[in-house]
Amino acid sequence: MRTTATVPNQREADLIARIKAGERDLFYELIQPYQRTVYAVAFSVLGNPSDAEDAAQEALLKALTHLGQFRAEAKFSTWLVQITLNEARLRIRKDRKGLYSSIDEGGQDDDGEYFPIDYADWREIPSETLQRKELKEALEKALAALKPIYREVLVLRDIEHLSITETAAALEITEAAVKTRLLRARLMMRDALAPGFDGSWSVGSPAYKKVRPF
Amino acid sequence: MSEHHIIEINCEHVIQEISNYIDGEVTPELRARMEEHIRGCRHCAAVLDGTSNTLRLLADGRTFGQLFELPAGFSERLLQRLAAHL
Repeated sequence: MRTTATVPNQREADLIARIKAGERDLFYELIQPYQRTVYAVAFSVLGNPSDAEDAAQEALLKALTHLGQFRAEAKFSTWLVQITLNEARLRIRKDRKGLYSSIDEGGQDDDGEYFPIDYADWREIPSETLQRKELKEALEKALAALKPIYREVLVLRDIEHLSITETAAALEITEAAVKTRLLRARLMMRDALAPGFDGSWSVGSPAYKKVRPF
Repeated sequence: MSEHHIIEINCEHVIQEISNYIDGEVTPELRARMEEHIRGCRHCAAVLDGTSNTLRLLADGRTFGQLFELPAGFSERLLQRLAAHL
């Protein structure tokens, strides 16, 4: 079992009650731990930092305005994620002439099965791998290349660690759809990131090019 | 029933369930069949390892702050906008 992004806690519930009662200056304290989640979720829809920041901040302002409508039966973090998804998607719809207008806005999964495209073996990750700038760049590039419907589910599940149930609720899709999209998203990420047969991790290396020629 | 009675499944079926397998969302029976297949299939073993590693990299990237790091000044700009709403 994966842990969820946060455990419900009394301090958070107290903060929400006090803000609803008028202590609005406590709002930043409430959302401070979720800034990165909100930003990541906005990024998952919009795919670039400046639009993501704008949508994330607007979503947080809306959360302040509408906090009175928040009911404790939902997790606060899930509620924030939903507001952020709505805000980010609104921007895509507003920007029909923009870069993202042609991208699938979330209705349809692609037809057909996705099958992993190479046989690269990848048993070990050297501990220093993560320090490499090229890996961060490769992760970002691979994420950016995903369609939003796949990037959203991957970010919520595998980066923000929402449960399948929470992810389905936030995206307003079925749990079965979450699982289907997640499979596709994970395999595409794996294909984008699989290293060369020799285990070396270098996008430009001949070994890498051998298994990832494109 | 011994493990010799586990019914073999093909690569396509294993790959279709590999994400659910990682999440612990398959039945014990399917898990056993998949593991039997993966033990003898270099391709599926590589896909499983690579997918698991990808998930570790994504989770670690988040934990260590490299992925989705807030843009510089994000919190300051947010605080300014919030102040206007208080």
